Amino acid sequence: MATMVESLVDSALSIGGREFRSRLMVGTGKYRDNSSMVEAITASGAEIVTVAVRRIDLDRTKEEGILYHLDPKRFFLLANTAGCYTAEDAVRYARLAREAGFNEFIKLEVIGDEETLLPDVAGLLEAARTLVAEGFKVMAYTNDDLVAAIKLEDAGCSAVMPLASPIGSGLGLTNPFNIRVIKRRLSVPVIVDAGVGTASDACITMEQGVDGILMNTALAAAENPVAMGRAMKWAVEAGRLAYLAGRMARREIAVPSSPTTGMLG
Amino acid sequence: MNEAMTVIVNGEKRQIDGGSTVLDLLHSLALDPRTVVVEINREIVRRPALDGTPLHEGDQIELVHFVGGG
Repeated sequence: MATMVESLVDSALSIGGREFRSRLMVGTGKYRDNSSMVEAITASGAEIVTVAVRRIDLDRTKEEGILYHLDPKRFFLLANTAGCYTAEDAVRYARLAREAGFNEFIKLEVIGDEETLLPDVAGLLEAARTLVAEGFKVMAYTNDDLVAAIKLEDAGCSAVMPLASPIGSGLGLTNPFNIRVIKRRLSVPVIVDAGVGTASDACITMEQGVDGILMNTALAAAENPVAMGRAMKWAVEAGRLAYLAGRMARREIAVPSSPTTGMLG
Repeated sequence: MNEAMTVIVNGEKRQIDGGSTVLDLLHSLALDPRTVVVEINREIVRRPALDGTPLHEGDQIELVHFVGGG
């Protein structure tokens, strides 16, 4: 007989007409070495992994391309436009990424400020409209701002990716209310991107009801990226299950868990 | 013999043989065309066209690939 947990079937994560098994997506940057990157990603169970588009080092003094280490048959490669500060640059990088021949998905970033790496929403909207018209499936990294999120959905984005806190900060989910209202109001998947630092951050984020999380530095900068990868897998699954389970109501007074009758005389 | 010409590859000047195609350039750099995306003067050159696309003096060529990133 199936237990309650086994019968609690979660739907697959569907983005832009594709279904994914894992709600955890991970980046491939900043790892100490490529073997720990591959091990950490494997431990995380992530299916979607992000990559960046950069010039080839013609002198071969730096490491080779990421595809020497990551099997594109095993992972779904999601290229980003990280480092782009204008819509024009982001569109250029997205086109180059698509030409690599893996898929039509792009994680769109248009950064507006070097210190905080916060997004430029105007540039983001402009780039999203151009890319959607060219057939891209756009997953847009944005602020935890409802109006921006609605505009990105209206522009045809396949997913909206509000931040938990700034990229690489590890500050965790700073505004759960904003994330919940974005999730409640949007029809496309909401994937929280950036800011998660440790497993509890991931769990709390998933408990808000969002569709998934993308993280990079939390794994890459952990003392043991492989162990953190596994912790994040469990945290995302636990947070999702807790959300589906429906948490108890908060009360500001105690309510006894044991019977108040039958006490000794 | 065609004379050598100068092109800009990933921001650096390089001398190549006159009449070279994009594919010739990739071969001279020992790059596998299947792992490279090529842009010339901001226009992407699709893979099937690499062999038939000649390079010209002063062309700005970008050779990119995927690296680790978030």
